[in-house]
Amino acid sequence: MARIIVVTSGKGGVGKTTSSAAIGLGLALKGNKVVLIDFDIGLRNLDLIMGCERRVVYDFVNVINGEATLNQALIKDKRVSSLSILPASQTRDKDALNKENVGKVLEELGKSFDFIICDSPAGIEAGAMMALYYADEAVVTTNPEVSSVRDSDRILGMLASRSRRAELGLEPIKEHLLLTRYSPKRVEEGEMLSVEDVEDILSIPLLGVIPESQAVLKASNAGEPVILDTMSDAGQAYQDVIDRLLGETVDFRFLVAEKKGIFSRMFGG
Amino acid sequence: MALLDYFLRKKDKPITTASKAKERLQIIVAHERSSRNKQPDYLPQLTEDILVVLRKYIQVSDESFSIKLDNKDGDLNVLELNIELHDEQKKG
Repeated sequence: MARIIVVTSGKGGVGKTTSSAAIGLGLALKGNKVVLIDFDIGLRNLDLIMGCERRVVYDFVNVINGEATLNQALIKDKRVSSLSILPASQTRDKDALNKENVGKVLEELGKSFDFIICDSPAGIEAGAMMALYYADEAVVTTNPEVSSVRDSDRILGMLASRSRRAELGLEPIKEHLLLTRYSPKRVEEGEMLSVEDVEDILSIPLLGVIPESQAVLKASNAGEPVILDTMSDAGQAYQDVIDRLLGETVDFRFLVAEKKGIFSRMFGG
Repeated sequence: MALLDYFLRKKDKPITTASKAKERLQIIVAHERSSRNKQPDYLPQLTEDILVVLRKYIQVSDESFSIKLDNKDGDLNVLELNIELHDEQKKG
């Protein structure tokens, strides 16, 4: 049975697509068969972050409407053969998705993949609800910032009440907190909520902390998910996330600011 | 005195913006959570009354009984009663 994981947040711009791309590619690099689905109908971007934007022919809505088969629409990643991407449509209206037709597509994908990663659109409208409806697990992507934390809490409410698991009274969706754009230095200066603060408020288990990093913008510029940048702090932090998703216990890194030496303090650096 | 102030300030740290953020979030999140799961005022009394009636006929412990008012899709309210029966009661 495939694990269906929704990457969600409520608020926009916190790193859902960056995280979906990194998690999808990371899981595939470990030998899992992974499909990444972009649920942001009308505003697709996962294809750009994955670097396959020029290979999009058919999309999710084409499949739903029976205009293309799943195999026609799925884009095989050029770097890792066990990874496929199902792009969102760029033009269709977003009411194209409903529980029945999305359920059918996910069921079909579940036969040939180990992981189905659903990249949710921002907001709490129909698209976001569709992305989380069938999820077994949720990666709640959050920035250490008031509006993001508040929106994450709203999404947690939705996961607990509007998902298939909630409606059928099954075991609830397994929730994971992914804290992104974390700056240990600003936390130490009292300018940013700490990991513990956010954990206290949302009270869900911590999956990972991704430091604010220049590598993320570089990665999206190039269409190479940041997890491939194994020298970068963000890439390594995502690698730890993968290991935790696969059941390993890994210590959290990048939680304290690098101490500046006396010389860089004196001369700036 | 300015020098003394400087050292004193360093010791008992001023309230940081992060701690303000945490405090504000804790309040608003708690508030929003409580309105999310808001149950009508009559629910506790209704629960008691139903239990009294049920216990005229069968044995029901507090743990094997639950009552919940759900709001489905915004416009449909469902009152859900869950009563677990023990084996001997099922037969009778």
